[in-house]
Amino acid sequence: MTSLTWTRRRASAARFWRQYRRQRAGAYGLVALALIALVALTAPLLVGGDVRSVTDAPGTALEAPSGRFPLGTDQFGRSLLGLLLWGARVSLAVGLLAAALSVAIGTLIGILAGHYGGWFATLAMRVTDWFLVMPSLVLAIVLATVMSRSVWTVVLAIGITSWPTTARLVRAQTIAVESRPYIERARALGGGHGHVMSRHVLPNVMPLVLSQTTLCISTAILTEATLAFLGLGDPTVVSWGGMLQDAREAGAVSSGHWWYLAPPGIAIAVVALAFTLCGRAIESVLNPKLGAGR
Amino acid sequence: MTTTVGSPAGAARRPGTTATAYPRYLAGRLGGAAVSLLAVLVTSFFLFRVLPGDPVKAMTRGVPTSAGQMATLRRQFGLDLPLWQQFTDYCAKALTGDLGTSYQFRAPVGELIADKLPATLLLTGVAVVLYSAVGLWLGTRSAWRHGGLGDKLNTGVALTLWSVPSFWLGLLLIIVFSVGVGPVPGLFPTGGMESGDETGPAYVLDVAHHMVLPVLTLVAVGYAQTLLVMRASLLDEMGGDYLTTARAKGLRDDLVRRRHAVPNALLPTVTMIFINLGHVAAGSILVETVFSWPGLGGLFYQALSVPDLPLVQGLFVVFAGAMIVMNLLADLLYPLLDPRVGR
Amino acid sequence: MSLLTIRDLRVTYGTGTAAVRGVDLTVAAGRKLGVAGESGCGKSTLALALLRLLPPTARLTGEILLDGEDVLTMKWGRLRAVRWAGASIVFQGAMHSLNAVHRIGDQIAEPLLVHRRATPNAARERVGTLLEQVGLPAARASAYPHELSGGQRQRVMIAMALACEPRLIVADEPTTALDVMIQAQVLRLLERLVTEQDISLVMISHDLAVLADTCDRLAVMYAGRVVEEGPARDVYDAARHPYGRALSAAFPRIGDPASRLAPRGLPGDPPDPAALPPGCTFHPRCPVALPTCASQDPPLAPAAPGHRAACVLTTGSPA
Repeated sequence: MTSLTWTRRRASAARFWRQYRRQRAGAYGLVALALIALVALTAPLLVGGDVRSVTDAPGTALEAPSGRFPLGTDQFGRSLLGLLLWGARVSLAVGLLAAALSVAIGTLIGILAGHYGGWFATLAMRVTDWFLVMPSLVLAIVLATVMSRSVWTVVLAIGITSWPTTARLVRAQTIAVESRPYIERARALGGGHGHVMSRHVLPNVMPLVLSQTTLCISTAILTEATLAFLGLGDPTVVSWGGMLQDAREAGAVSSGHWWYLAPPGIAIAVVALAFTLCGRAIESVLNPKLGAGR
Repeated sequence: MTTTVGSPAGAARRPGTTATAYPRYLAGRLGGAAVSLLAVLVTSFFLFRVLPGDPVKAMTRGVPTSAGQMATLRRQFGLDLPLWQQFTDYCAKALTGDLGTSYQFRAPVGELIADKLPATLLLTGVAVVLYSAVGLWLGTRSAWRHGGLGDKLNTGVALTLWSVPSFWLGLLLIIVFSVGVGPVPGLFPTGGMESGDETGPAYVLDVAHHMVLPVLTLVAVGYAQTLLVMRASLLDEMGGDYLTTARAKGLRDDLVRRRHAVPNALLPTVTMIFINLGHVAAGSILVETVFSWPGLGGLFYQALSVPDLPLVQGLFVVFAGAMIVMNLLADLLYPLLDPRVGR
Repeated sequence: MSLLTIRDLRVTYGTGTAAVRGVDLTVAAGRKLGVAGESGCGKSTLALALLRLLPPTARLTGEILLDGEDVLTMKWGRLRAVRWAGASIVFQGAMHSLNAVHRIGDQIAEPLLVHRRATPNAARERVGTLLEQVGLPAARASAYPHELSGGQRQRVMIAMALACEPRLIVADEPTTALDVMIQAQVLRLLERLVTEQDISLVMISHDLAVLADTCDRLAVMYAGRVVEEGPARDVYDAARHPYGRALSAAFPRIGDPASRLAPRGLPGDPPDPAALPPGCTFHPRCPVALPTCASQDPPLAPAAPGHRAACVLTTGSPA
């Protein structure tokens, strides 16, 4: 890659950033995400790993919020605030990984189908359409049930059920990019399939992939919470969905312990909303006509 | 549950404009749906073969059973046959509407599903009608005054509710409105569909009373999608020259909107509503679980924990089938709604 | 008494861009005025301004007197009553100006139901009459816009414009999207109907020849102003303003081989309304510009009997 290309790319990244900052909701979302990421990364320092320990929990079971336990305690006497902060790690990690997996599959299939066309594209798009009509949540639940209970299972279950939308979008974009004259030039100069796809198509579909990933993360975080709530998550880790399942099993609903239930749900909603806002902001920067609209 | 907002797949595929196009289009769509349905049957069969656990052991859990009895059971359910033969049997039966016998309930899967289907249809049907209406109404208002405070508030609230896990909202609503917080007494039942001792009009009211919270949950997390699609679609129409014509004719603003802009903007949105209808049956699994609603979602969860293979398979086919049918309906309806496309 | 009087009309968009910069025009009852100019000169903005159809970001000043009443100061209720019943518009590109999901009969009947409270039966009958007037069978009322040809759609637009028997019809590039034979038919039809029914016409086009053929008087617009105005034949055959001359030379004349052999285009592009040149806005493209033109913007002044132009060369010696 020549330095000229890099200068051009840097300039367009700077332009992107200037336009992004003008999207107020997107800026809020980004700030919220930065704070949450900071909490997730520093959780071991803030609360310590022993917050998860059931045996030497500091409080008694199901204490209401107090000065010592701002959010109360769970049925084992563990601090709910500590668990909430710790849970951010798993929820974010699973959300990010699952979205990354899903978008990676979608991008790969989308680019290949868009680039090669022919029978391969027909086949790939048939499979995509077929996945699109599958009820993805049902499929994810089934996969999570079939495989062993672990974080990776959840990542895999979400990742391989949610890629078709990305594949369709990326394929359309690939076809649009490849119809531009400079691709023709690159081919004429002897650029092979790999060269065209990695050097020309990929950089051009990256912005779309970025916005798709961001939107995908919020869905993935919600699906992770759903699976954990159904008891299909990894029972050894603390996640927000798992906390909700614990709360329900501890009878928080019938005894009206709203303070046990409310915080994890709010945390999920805030993170999912923040990613959605960022994704929409990116979308409207990339496509101003859409941006005015959506 | 959330799905990605985007232009529905059906809207992009418009048939040609010649007079003979619609029958051919119809045949194509029907054929496509049939292929999808077949694919679903295949998937459901092989996908669930990998579920761990011996079905016969699951069936006889808690009951002392001899090896001979277990072999008989195995034969009875056809589990002693080779996989490919089980598969052909399954397909042949499925095509005649026979989805097998539940291990757990020892009853035909079709009957079990038919038994629970009305409850799910009632819940999701009411919810979809309501959230489509709310979404269309708010989306129209948002777009017509776009950029204003009302628009920002509208989309903000919708996106926030959209980000909320449905089961959590359900639990919270139960705490606040069924269990009661502080001085607030419980206003609604915590779950189920009926109290069991009512008949006639009182029964209808009783069911409606049970439906309030689950429907509210589904509407709250679901209307955002309709709102966003309607808003985007109406904004697309708002630059339209035909709206200038309508204004020039001396029509009041609300008539310009109702009579001219909305009918045009509705086209893509209606497609999406149908696709939503397909999604919602599967999407209500969580809400049905939380509110102990006696529908398919609860049944699915029960079947999965055993695991009750024929029942899981049958429900999967029903959930996926609902999506295929609704997609098909959306595809078939679109050309009838839009006079520009041939019929 | 003139039917339409425009006095010092200015239209500014939210960003400060002036699309129309002080236009004065009059149209007598039953007469036809043509407004010519390149795209972006403000002629379509002018058409929409006549019935206050511009987006809310547009600011309008001046006066638009329709039958003595100022459109710009009307209350909304009165304005709605004047729209279509007092003055109606034939828009360009009838494909997009008609609503694709409604039958054309219903679209023609709509103003009748709104303004005259006509019964559905009476409206249907009138729609049939109107369609026949524009040369379409009454049965076509049940057709959708996409089922008609371009020329037929434009006829529908004309029928719609005539529905409430307005005193004035504004035709904004009524034939631009049509092919030449159909263009002529539609123009003849429009001309005949407004003459028969004694309706005033303001016709907007980039095609000076078409306007000269149809209209009594012609106004030439450049960069949001009228730079020349006079009897149609005079402006077309003997334009006084250099821009008017360039515009009339841009279209070949029928029966004049010289013009066909040596078509004279105009170099350069019309100025960006957001960054107008100082002085006379035409001077950067003007073949006969004087040094003073870069600083002086001459007003519209008499150049011949009944003929006005805004150019230092026609209105006296450069100061």
